[in-house]
Amino acid sequence: MCRIGAIKSKVAFHPSQALRLMLPQQEGHDNSGFAMVMQDLDGVFGQYKDKPLLSLACTQKGAQMVENYMEAHNFTRVYEWVPKLNRKPGLDIKAMPHYIFRCYDYPEQVQGASQAAKEELLLDTRLALRALLEKEDQGYAFSLWPDVLTLKEIGDPRDIAVYFRLWDDSGELMAKNVVVQCRQNTNYDIVRYAAHPFFIQGYTLCANGENTFYTKNKEYQKSLHRGYIGFESDSQNFLYTLHYVLHQLKWPIKYYKHVITPLPFEEIEKRPDKAELKLIRQSLGHLEINGPNTIIGMLPDNCLITCCDSKKLRPVVIGGDGTTIAISSEVCGLNVVIPDRDPANDVYPDEREVVVITPELEVQRWKQ
Amino acid sequence: METVTKTQDVTFNDLPWKIEYSPERCTMCGSCVAACTFKAIEPGVERRSVTISTAHVPEPTQTHRAIPVIKQKNSVANFCRGCGMCEKVCPNRAIRPVRNDDSRLNMLARGGGNPIKRGGRNNLLKERTLDKIVVGRISQMTDPSLDSERHTFDILAPFGRVLLPGELPFSIDDGELKLSDWTPPVRWIYPVIFSDMSVGALSTRAWEAVCLATAYLNEKYDMPVRMSSGEGGMPVQLMKSEYLKYMIIQIASGHFGWNRIIKAMPHMKVDPAGILIKIGQGAKPGDGGLLPAAKVAEHIQAIRGVPKADLLSPPNHQGLYSIEESVQKMHMSLNAAFKFRVPVAIKCAASATSVSVYNNLLRDPYKICGGFFLDGIQGGTGAANEVSLDHTGHPVVSKVRECYLAAVKQGRQGQIPLWGGGGLGLTGNAAADAFKMICLGANGVFLGKLLIQLCGCIGNEEGRCNACNTGLCPTGICTQDPRLVRRLDVDKAAQNIVDYMLALDGELRKMMAPIGNSSLPVGRSDALVTTDKAIADKLAIQYSC
Ligand code: SF4
Ligand code: SF4
Repeated sequence: MCRIGAIKSKVAFHPSQALRLMLPQQEGHDNSGFAMVMQDLDGVFGQYKDKPLLSLACTQKGAQMVENYMEAHNFTRVYEWVPKLNRKPGLDIKAMPHYIFRCYDYPEQVQGASQAAKEELLLDTRLALRALLEKEDQGYAFSLWPDVLTLKEIGDPRDIAVYFRLWDDSGELMAKNVVVQCRQNTNYDIVRYAAHPFFIQGYTLCANGENTFYTKNKEYQKSLHRGYIGFESDSQNFLYTLHYVLHQLKWPIKYYKHVITPLPFEEIEKRPDKAELKLIRQSLGHLEINGPNTIIGMLPDNCLITCCDSKKLRPVVIGGDGTTIAISSEVCGLNVVIPDRDPANDVYPDEREVVVITPELEVQRWKQ
Repeated sequence: METVTKTQDVTFNDLPWKIEYSPERCTMCGSCVAACTFKAIEPGVERRSVTISTAHVPEPTQTHRAIPVIKQKNSVANFCRGCGMCEKVCPNRAIRPVRNDDSRLNMLARGGGNPIKRGGRNNLLKERTLDKIVVGRISQMTDPSLDSERHTFDILAPFGRVLLPGELPFSIDDGELKLSDWTPPVRWIYPVIFSDMSVGALSTRAWEAVCLATAYLNEKYDMPVRMSSGEGGMPVQLMKSEYLKYMIIQIASGHFGWNRIIKAMPHMKVDPAGILIKIGQGAKPGDGGLLPAAKVAEHIQAIRGVPKADLLSPPNHQGLYSIEESVQKMHMSLNAAFKFRVPVAIKCAASATSVSVYNNLLRDPYKICGGFFLDGIQGGTGAANEVSLDHTGHPVVSKVRECYLAAVKQGRQGQIPLWGGGGLGLTGNAAADAFKMICLGANGVFLGKLLIQLCGCIGNEEGRCNACNTGLCPTGICTQDPRLVRRLDVDKAAQNIVDYMLALDGELRKMMAPIGNSSLPVGRSDALVTTDKAIADKLAIQYSC
């Protein structure tokens, strides 16, 4: 079983916080990997917030392939940050030769284009890079999106942190949001893509648990959108559904929970909006998850959401101190990163509850 | 006596069942003869050698006497069906039918140049794919099993046309989705439908028993089971009652009974649960319906509006020669007749072309086809040519799976709910069969034969009874002869069905719980494994050994 977490703060913080959140929970994970998505960046990326940022782990050849591709497609590099790696011997990490975090300018022809057109281009470009690298086994393209940085690595999270110097608060990598997980996926071979969180077009998602409806979710999603690929993890489905409901169908966020964990028919019948809820349930039946899962999602507008499946077999807790708020599988993680909060105000969402944390750190709770 | 003149006579040894009779136990009460609807036995007299003693002291002498006995008739017209009614009624265990391996019935029964007709089911195909599949993915530590007793389960399946999410007519108003247009009617019902068996094929009492069970399950146990009327209409009183909401009215190629249905429409208090257009039946694909004159009793004539004659439904709907036409004419007019409030589904025999039909229906531009019922070779029927029953048809499992996967390819799974039937519950384990079918992609299943077996039908796949076409059903299920119909205890039959369905419901939970599902595992093929490589390949499920 995984442990998942997220931190959101009014002031930018360093990824070491994310490690501090996760490491106390290590009885629940196997230290086989570390992955995080940072959003609303500060530090070295603070001034490039509107530039698509590519997060890449690759070989020398892969780096060249990516460079050629981006050049050929008229992306111009505006900034690059290469982590100063600590190649200390004995670290438990299966590192790639290169880690590239690079900001680009949009190609000239789309600079005046709509937001939607840009979003499609970024997705297509990431998919193309992924396919390119995958074909020759030369690396991994995790995300290409403004103000979003992804790092995924295989190994012991502590050692990964040493390797990338994530423990040193150098001020280079800073963000106001981080979604994080420490472990690899057990259902599949250990591959970098398989580690949560997953990302598509501004939507990030991390899940704890198993998806018993994986096969039916996947079978349906494959035909829904060209970006729904990979399926390296059985909980990747939740990200695609989040993206589908919010980005494709453009439904309000509260309907996400109605899609993944529809109310039983008996309860739907008692609701004033039963006509709508029934249609959602029957039309999107193949996106239902039957648990056991808890989900943490990060939206393009920097909101964090969390909810769980209707059987509630995986817990999550939310706590904050006014400046910083965190979501965590276990409360021990919260105790480390926000020790001075009042635990009496911690929120333990139930199986019908959705919790959204706004950029102003307002905690909204609603019943499905 | 010249042997040569006898060689071609029919004897008991040529018939499929031989009566085993012990004259020394028999008291000649006559019960067995009275019970045998096929007149396969009769009282007779035999001259026997007996040892008697009439003196004061034993003085045995051998003599010959004429004594009364029960005899089997050695005629093809009255062959014993092995129904065992004689054994059931005999107070002295003096008589019973015994299967005869040396039967020559197939060579004899076509006398007169007529194909053999019978009712019942396929008697050749014994292999069942579903029995070679087991639920292999059991939740362990990562995805805990549920508790079948404590957890709540949502065991419901759609009946009606489901729209793609992008097609839902929603507008957003103040952060809420609001339905702003018409959508096709969809009813969420129990994933087991009581299959179409007509009043006519079934006796009034048997039909009533299934009706009663349906109503009881709904009203007492909250199990929204639906029953299909079968072709031939139904009692007007039922159409005018509240219970119509549990009924799926069938229209088949003979259109029998529809006159009365249409006349009753203005008086219907509630909408029926659905309409089922029957194109074909799995037990005798390509054949229309057949209700032999023997079963067209007066009340059947009244319901169907016909004289006493063989009622033959054509093998196809005259005037419909393509799927497109069917959608436009049949579906459209039936939808319109009920003002687009009642789902209209279609039932076809499984066949090599099932997938084409389903694909085409999925493209139905009017979005009015509310279900695709696929019926397999192991289904049953009231009457058919034996050659059709045994030698035509198609197993249903792989066809349902192919249809599901065809829909998956187009991202349209679930849009036209898939229902499978034909031999489900054949071994008495309908829940397991239903569960596996659902994992393979069916939304639900329909059961027919099993219901009449619960009413007391003693027919089986081994050629026992299968005399549903004769009007002489020994259990009163499949006849219109008032004396025979009285043999059926309606309440007990209904109770058996209700009990079975309650058990089935519990068993479904028992299968959903270990795979960690609280709603139906439609398409969860990952939950199934088979030790048969060919089945694994064909159904795209895991091969395990
Ligand atoms: S029912 Fe039994 S006892 Fe009565 S006549 Fe038949 S065989 Fe004899
Ligand atoms: S008992 Fe009746 S319904 Fe059953 S097989 Fe015999 S004739 Fe048919």
